[in-house]
Amino acid sequence: MEKLKYERPIINKINLGIPNKFGTKPKFEPITQIDGVPVQILAEKFGSPVMVISEKKIKETYKEAKRAFTTRYPKVQFAWSYKTNYLDAVCRIFHKMGSWAEVVSGFEYDKALSNGMPGNQIIFNGPDKSLKDLEKAVINKSYIHIDHFDELYDLIEIAEKLDEKPKVAIRINMNTGIYPIWDKFGFNLENGDAWNAINKIMISGKLDLVGLHTHIGTFINTVEPYGVATTKLMDLVIRINEKFHTLIKYIDLGGGFASTNTLRGSYLQGSDTCPSFDAYAEAITNSIINSGMDIENLPMLILESGRALIDEAGSIVGSVIANKRLADGRRSMIIDVGVNILFTAFWYDHLINPGQSFSYNSEETTIYGPLCMNIDCIRPNMQFPVLKKGDLIVISKIGAYNMTQWMQFITMRPNVVLIDLQGQTHVIRQNETLETITSLELIPDYLKS
Amino acid sequence: MKIKSNLAISESGFVFDPETGDSFTLNFTGKDILNQINQGISLNDIQKNILEKYDVESDSLEMNFYDFISMLKHFNILHENE
Amino acid sequence: MNRRKLTIAVTGLNNIDSPGPGVPVIRGLRESDEFDLRIIGLAYENLEPGIYLHDVVDKSYLLPLPSAGIESLFERIEYINSIENIDVIIPNFDAELFPMIKLEPRLAEIGIKCFLPTLEQFEERHKANLPEYGKKYNVKVPESTAINSYSELKKLSEEFEFPMLVKGKYYEAYTAYNEEQAGMYFNKLANKWGLPVIIQEFVTGTEVNVIALGDGKGNTIAAVPMRKQYITDKGKAWGGITLDDKKMLELTEHIMKSTKWRGGMELEIIKTKKNEYYIIEINPRIPAWVYLAVGAGQNIPEALVKLALGIETKPYESYQVGKMFIRYSWDHICDIQEFEKLTTFGEL
Repeated sequence: MEKLKYERPIINKINLGIPNKFGTKPKFEPITQIDGVPVQILAEKFGSPVMVISEKKIKETYKEAKRAFTTRYPKVQFAWSYKTNYLDAVCRIFHKMGSWAEVVSGFEYDKALSNGMPGNQIIFNGPDKSLKDLEKAVINKSYIHIDHFDELYDLIEIAEKLDEKPKVAIRINMNTGIYPIWDKFGFNLENGDAWNAINKIMISGKLDLVGLHTHIGTFINTVEPYGVATTKLMDLVIRINEKFHTLIKYIDLGGGFASTNTLRGSYLQGSDTCPSFDAYAEAITNSIINSGMDIENLPMLILESGRALIDEAGSIVGSVIANKRLADGRRSMIIDVGVNILFTAFWYDHLINPGQSFSYNSEETTIYGPLCMNIDCIRPNMQFPVLKKGDLIVISKIGAYNMTQWMQFITMRPNVVLIDLQGQTHVIRQNETLETITSLELIPDYLKS
Repeated sequence: MKIKSNLAISESGFVFDPETGDSFTLNFTGKDILNQINQGISLNDIQKNILEKYDVESDSLEMNFYDFISMLKHFNILHENE
Repeated sequence: MNRRKLTIAVTGLNNIDSPGPGVPVIRGLRESDEFDLRIIGLAYENLEPGIYLHDVVDKSYLLPLPSAGIESLFERIEYINSIENIDVIIPNFDAELFPMIKLEPRLAEIGIKCFLPTLEQFEERHKANLPEYGKKYNVKVPESTAINSYSELKKLSEEFEFPMLVKGKYYEAYTAYNEEQAGMYFNKLANKWGLPVIIQEFVTGTEVNVIALGDGKGNTIAAVPMRKQYITDKGKAWGGITLDDKKMLELTEHIMKSTKWRGGMELEIIKTKKNEYYIIEINPRIPAWVYLAVGAGQNIPEALVKLALGIETKPYESYQVGKMFIRYSWDHICDIQEFEKLTTFGEL
């Protein structure tokens, strides 16, 4: 006789007033493959956990963003935000599609050069650029976005010394009706600092003011602030033209577009509330078009979107280490993905799905990472199906910031694998080994024996 | 092991504890096990029956079984023999 | 008279001490002269009383919580529709309006009509946006600020005087008399309803309310003002009386006209001693006391169904002043088999 399909036995108490079963449809679908590659194979071949990047998803998302903006406004340039994910393979995918590079340190600048970016397609942002960095960027004719007055004076000196006219923009912070105002960066608009900086640049005659830049915040879930920011930048473009008869070549709206992840503390799902690229594009381009600038002199629009372009392209395939009952009867599940490689678990309710078919019944579950720390919690509380030790799980939408902000702690960082458009897998960053870590360490002679 | 007397287990896997007023849902396997306990079959024999009837390894069944039994105790459905 | 047969699905069957509007909406619908109705109850919780009242609903289904996301909600409605062939859905919770507004075009594709405000209308009347709303439409509103963190609350306690109102994004409001209380309510509301939490100036006066229905073109189809006569410790009306207050009606018509409001609405207003009318909240749906309006001569649920179906609907021109409602509770008896059926199969 053929045996019946086994399901782990479960008993759930019915919580009065709190809905649990909605009918016969499972709430979860297993994710058994990514771009046609079975997650089972990914885990077997590259180990568990493994981070996976989908080239297909990157391209789809980029094309969607580009379509949304270029159908509304002809002069649009994307610049890939290196800090969001600076694995070379990822950067090169964006560069091949036409993205410039947006970097915020000497390290990232050199990485962009090594990825074949010509100097005049690199935007150099951030408050920390050394004199050496600045000189290099001036010689390479990169776009330098000035963050503060000290940097402005440094650049004037460098311009004299090298007898070059650096191409610069200034970064401006402003009130767009959202909180917090990111006033750490750049010159404030409302208190007159921004206008003051512009005047200093123009009057010095040493710098070529080509752009205006703002970056209003991060994970901005509404589009109106972008409309406000664009209008304020366009007002400045007009004012500069009136006073100095100089045309500003581009305005750079930075990044900050939300991804479809769900923020902790949010009642509604991110995929329901995240504005579309069309909505962002509508707000920004309308403000440019409706400004008082005449049509032929409208500036190019630069966007430095990072999160919104890469978050959905990344996944982690991990596995279940153990199941436990907590003292209060709640179930907890320990997986081999910790907050050291999934930093974003601190602010997202990450999407987690089983990596194979599973029984329909689910339980309230706390999902912990493997680290010896109490804060290593991936999801404090979610309805999750009951999985066995060794079962696979897939955490989706992790492409942004995790592969740059991760840290080597207690364990080694895993392989990162790219799945190309043909469904072939490529390791794009090898997992660390004991040697990776110890090769940088030195032992004083007296401790050697 | 003994199930609380007068516990009502319905065909749909719905369990009502008339003593406390609590109600529970069971999945198919859970219902099967609880019914067998109710019939007075020993836990060891139930495990054997389940192994014969379902497609499952004995190691993983043992862990799940133990967990399930502990949940039944947690909910005060199952008592040590008296 | 041959009444048109329709199937209407209604949420908010939680007819408890802080009641949802579902059951009174259904009572209004049942009194319709024009329609012969099959009523489908849609519930989120397994103890919502309306589910078990078989003379109120013909059949009930459980829905996934709004936090499960729009897709699960749509799939569930699609499934229910495949059995019931729903003509109109009337959602009655604030928290489900956002997903329902987003779903409205997709529901229309499967033959289900709604009559909801637009997303812009819904967002701009949000508690957090009330100050701008007041400026834009030239109506008086109390000072208020939306805050996202506990530290902002600390800063605010210097600007605002106590007592202050601490309000959740979707539901619940508390009066805080000192900083500790405000902090406690902030945490409570942020955990429950997410961010932001709204801090509002405490305006003193008499609370009055208007229930209204807009046709989306600027016309007020129905409007009935009411004063709560008795308020429970949860701030809900336990008794109320219709008022003859021309200024309240003018204010309602002004808002309907300038915002082109589409759907049901409740205005919560404080009338001060100086006869000023402060709008303290705009609820984007029919309130639980709707049956008072029906009793006073304006069947708002029926009119809403007509608007949803595109039937020409003339504005109500009068209502009976001095009609009262006294809410009562009622212990309904049912067997556990009903509860079992609902919790195991999700329908009853």
